[in-house]
Amino acid sequence: MPRVQLALTSAGFRRYATYRQATVAGAFTNTVFGFLRCYILLSVAATAGGTVAGYGGPELATYVWMGQGLLAVVASWDQLDLAERVRSGDVVADLLRPVDPLWTYLWGELGRACFMVLTRFLVPTLIGAIAFGLYRPQHAVTYALFALSTLAAVLISFCCRYLIGLSAFWLLDIRGVTVFWVFVSGFASGLYFPLAVLPGWLSTALWVATPFPGLMQGPLDVMVERGGIGNALLVCVGQVAWVGILLLVCKWAQARAVRKLVVQGG
Amino acid sequence: MAEPGRLTIYTRVLRAQIRSQAQYRLSFAFELFASMLTNALDIATVFVLFSVGGGLGGFGAREVLLMAALSAASFATADLTMGNVDNLRVYIRRGVFDSLLLRPLSALGQLMAVTFALRRVGRAVLGLTLYTVALCVADIDWDIPRLLFAIVVPFTGAAFFCSLFVAGATVAFWWIESGEVANAFTYGGRDFTSYPSNMYGGWFRDLFTLGLGFGFVAYFPALALTGQPDPLGVPGWLHWCSPLVTLAAMCLAAVFWRFGVRHYRSTGS
Repeated sequence: MPRVQLALTSAGFRRYATYRQATVAGAFTNTVFGFLRCYILLSVAATAGGTVAGYGGPELATYVWMGQGLLAVVASWDQLDLAERVRSGDVVADLLRPVDPLWTYLWGELGRACFMVLTRFLVPTLIGAIAFGLYRPQHAVTYALFALSTLAAVLISFCCRYLIGLSAFWLLDIRGVTVFWVFVSGFASGLYFPLAVLPGWLSTALWVATPFPGLMQGPLDVMVERGGIGNALLVCVGQVAWVGILLLVCKWAQARAVRKLVVQGG
Repeated sequence: MAEPGRLTIYTRVLRAQIRSQAQYRLSFAFELFASMLTNALDIATVFVLFSVGGGLGGFGAREVLLMAALSAASFATADLTMGNVDNLRVYIRRGVFDSLLLRPLSALGQLMAVTFALRRVGRAVLGLTLYTVALCVADIDWDIPRLLFAIVVPFTGAAFFCSLFVAGATVAFWWIESGEVANAFTYGGRDFTSYPSNMYGGWFRDLFTLGLGFGFVAYFPALALTGQPDPLGVPGWLHWCSPLVTLAAMCLAAVFWRFGVRHYRSTGS
């Protein structure tokens, strides 16, 4: 069985590696946004006396630049083609295969994420490090925790987008749900501003009750060692728990959805 | 049979587009609502950051609101009319663009009509409403030039963004996967113009504010309306030049578009 997973992962990797021009274009855009957002946050920090919600200059630069890099890795904006396959009926072929489509998509996504780490993540991180200087973690274990946290972020993002794709079984057209998801995941994941800027009760509620901070703010807080190793471990445990819960929800929703499936003419 | 006028044809294409987009009603309502929320979130983001230090780039809440609202109104209006012309790359890849060229109407006009996205109406209305509110609360010594300028400026800003959308789409004639590069200047431009330009630093600020002209969307017009000097030292008369800059941008975009269409060789298969 590991052969199948390896094949699916490398297929996902190669699928995205084909689009070289798009990769260059994407990295360019991330870089422009990196400059833009980094200057804004540094200017805010200068007005507020050096820090924004406890993040100093290098922490803010890391938050912005590695955040721009993570954007393509976590890919919460790109929808899976599942919904389109549900609408066109092609999903029937996926369901007939010996591997559950949930796992097929998941391994493919991991391949995609690997490619993005090597390209779209590395480029903004390097440019940010050269242009602004990023935060250097004090402990070596932080790098390992960051890798784990990023993997969990990729899986959380995948589960949410898989659920959105499954919603096509009921809605057929998922554009509405997608726009809503882009709104919520953007704001609640800490993409637009660090979540710590929000009032205490709101950011706590987001951390405890929703998986969204695990998409962006989680890995970034681990990287800048906010709250030390203890907090980083807590973040990782929370993310892994969400991955477990969301995978179960995906399984359940898929079982319900398949029962709704009517093959044309049947 | 009398031939229908150009306007009638465009109206028909637009109406067909609107009907098709409103077919999945629940989905459409969701989209309309969420796109308004997104616009509100952009403004809210500015004020979340404002609240951290009690100011942005040395400006108070009323000036920041004026800049952010002007940027939102300009971008949303442009996005409504031209925001989807970047679908050109899909049309080129599929070879559908050839059929647009065969018809006796302007290719750009048809492209606008077939990519019109009704859901963005909500955003444009919200942006223009916010701009009106910002004008009312801002500290402005109203006179005739300022009144005219205040009316014109969201539309010159919109025309500026439209030029960017067209120029960005045109790149697809040579580079099909270029969508993201255009985003850096369209969506990036929206984010850039939402904040006072003096917050940025170094060559990046000079390039975007003056070199690419983004300062003329919201920053300089807001300074002109409130009569404030520019912390960057740009002379006062230049603050009123947004319409001229927009005119230049439109000419450049039009020339670029014509050049692109003339060099279009179809997909070849």
